[in-house]
Amino acid sequence: MSAAAASPTSFASRRKRLAEVSSRHRSWSIVVGIAIVGTVLPILAAIPPFTLATPTNAWMDGFTNAGVFVLLAIGLNLVVGVAGLLDLGYAAFFAIGAYTYSYVASPFGNSILGIKFVEVVSPDIAGLVFWPMLLVGALVAALFGILLGAPTLRLRGDYLAIVTLGFGEIVPIVFLNADAVTNGTNGVGGLARPALPIIGSFSALNPWPYYVSMLVVVAVVMMLAYRLVESRLGRAWEAIREDELAAAASGINTVTAKLLAFALGASTAGIAGVFNASKLVTVSPDQFTFIVSFTVLAMVVLGGMGNFWGVAVGAFVIYTINNVLLKVLNQFFDQVSFPILKDIDFIQLQFLLYGLALVAMMLWRPEGLFPNSRRQRELHTAMTEPGEDELVTAEATSEEGQR
Amino acid sequence: MTALPATSEAGARVPMGASLRPLLRLVIPALLVVGAYAFMGPEQFVNAMTRGAIYALIALGYTMVYGIIELINFAHGDMFMMGAFVSLTFLGQILGLTGSITEIAKLAPLLVAAFFISMIVMGAVGVTIERLAYKPLRAAPRLAPLITAIGVSFILQNIVMLKYGPYQTNSPKIFPSVDIVIGTAKIPALSLFIIVVAVVMMIALQLFIGRTRLGRAMRSTAADRDAAQLMGVNINRTIAITFLIGAALAGAAGVVNGLQYGVSRFDDGFQAGLKAFTAAVLGGIGNTVGAALGGFIIGFIEVGATVMGFSRWGPAIVFGTLVIVLVFRPSGLLGQQLGERA
Repeated sequence: MSAAAASPTSFASRRKRLAEVSSRHRSWSIVVGIAIVGTVLPILAAIPPFTLATPTNAWMDGFTNAGVFVLLAIGLNLVVGVAGLLDLGYAAFFAIGAYTYSYVASPFGNSILGIKFVEVVSPDIAGLVFWPMLLVGALVAALFGILLGAPTLRLRGDYLAIVTLGFGEIVPIVFLNADAVTNGTNGVGGLARPALPIIGSFSALNPWPYYVSMLVVVAVVMMLAYRLVESRLGRAWEAIREDELAAAASGINTVTAKLLAFALGASTAGIAGVFNASKLVTVSPDQFTFIVSFTVLAMVVLGGMGNFWGVAVGAFVIYTINNVLLKVLNQFFDQVSFPILKDIDFIQLQFLLYGLALVAMMLWRPEGLFPNSRRQRELHTAMTEPGEDELVTAEATSEEGQR
Repeated sequence: MTALPATSEAGARVPMGASLRPLLRLVIPALLVVGAYAFMGPEQFVNAMTRGAIYALIALGYTMVYGIIELINFAHGDMFMMGAFVSLTFLGQILGLTGSITEIAKLAPLLVAAFFISMIVMGAVGVTIERLAYKPLRAAPRLAPLITAIGVSFILQNIVMLKYGPYQTNSPKIFPSVDIVIGTAKIPALSLFIIVVAVVMMIALQLFIGRTRLGRAMRSTAADRDAAQLMGVNINRTIAITFLIGAALAGAAGVVNGLQYGVSRFDDGFQAGLKAFTAAVLGGIGNTVGAALGGFIIGFIEVGATVMGFSRWGPAIVFGTLVIVLVFRPSGLLGQQLGERA
């Protein structure tokens, strides 16, 4: 506080005030933040040089797809970043959400459930089911999260990583091989697009309704996530992440708390799954391979574990780099036929880059690009020599309140 | 029993039916083996043993590294894949071999050279990775090295993919496809060779860990790193040697895999690594005998699933096994009770 008083106009103090205001009015600051981002992005997409890369509508479509990954990253951050449980099979819950929607919103799914819904009503009405299905998808995914978590969360952290990895492998295999109820490799197609009372069913040609809905969903999920983390439960999660034994000794029911983190993280993936399915209008097992899980993990790690805005930005940036920048680089070097670079497929390089980035981040900046300040402190004190410990802690305490 | 953590004394765990246990320990596995043989028939039985031998060789590296620094080395499956590529580069691209070689005087030195080169190269890669990526993080929170290992796995896979492309690369099957006829059963000589190679390596590893100075250093480091250091064990060197041996065994498994299946792909290591890890957990992580045993069991589970007509469900059954083992007996078949360490 004293630093702020000494130089009231400095950048640092302004940042601190902003942080204070945003933590006092958390939900409003999220609404305002998402609204600003949501307005700036379409403007950027409508001006050169961005229009040279891809047309505005393709940008908007891409932003919505990026939003799916932002949701996934927020959910995984709850599990990995806040509660410290490494989940390597997160795509499984994404898949479960998507398939849940497909059962209600496709002719094939309806025939499995033994109902006639999509064929009977008009698309404008069938699409209304999308909105409650966001919740249902979340609930079903959470249910599976509990089913997986209840027996395994008692295990040590790294065993949990392996079990979730195995689960992430099993779920697509089940969707692939249980032909009778999932239509196997082909997946389920012809899903109803979302609809709203006045504008009717969303269309593939107009990216705006999807874009705006995505903004609303992200804002709501982000608000809930922040509320959770700042609640009693959130403090319990952080305590467990720091030291599970100490947390248990302080009276936290660690199994329940971990189970809730797992279930709530899964439910976010379920929401993302429903949204993604409604946008692609089809679900198939190959959409949910381990690649998705690892991509989201890379987003969370690079963005900054524990910080929701950080992981959201991380997810958005990585998605855009993967799906726009690398393609544009390919086209560019093909056109100018630059000797070596034109032969490199930059999209193929994506996982090499993830790998290098993950290792580099862990070695030199384990708190991520946009760190949660408390997490940053704790990572740096944990890794320095005992003698330096006090010094670092003292420095860190003087920055208190920046979060 | 020469388990890696020196704390796991055989029989020190549960004092029940002490007189019956040694007998049961022999009878139950024997019954299971005979049952599997009767159920699968000799050909599939040998097939299961061959696969199991490959998984076992990979699992040893997982279990040794976990035993000594408590890290799940996600990149280990990729060491196996790279071992296969080193061998196919040597045999196919440098020596230009394609088909099988029937003269034993020519075949034997080639096989020895392939194993030697692959094991040396992979050992070096393993030590380098440990030095660059894992060693700086020994004091870091547990999540950090785990995520680094995932990153290393990506890097290894993509280096191979950039060099050899995303499709399968042929590996020369230099071993002649000769069958050995026992009664009515025809058993490929290659399978027997693979099983013998794997078993010889496992026995050599057991002797190394149990009888040598370095082996003792490894056991003591696994048991208590600080105490071992106070007793004059060079911790860094011991950990490096553990990585060296584990990676070399994975390299050997890669050579064997190339001889057996004739193709390799950059992402072969992922599923194989996951299954081998399952084997290590099944056997009791940190325990080298357990890892070998687990490898063979996974081989039988997988081939058994195929025999029963569930080949498409194979991976799901293996991972289902992993989940069940972790839930009901996280210490594995031969491991000691660990409980949760936060």
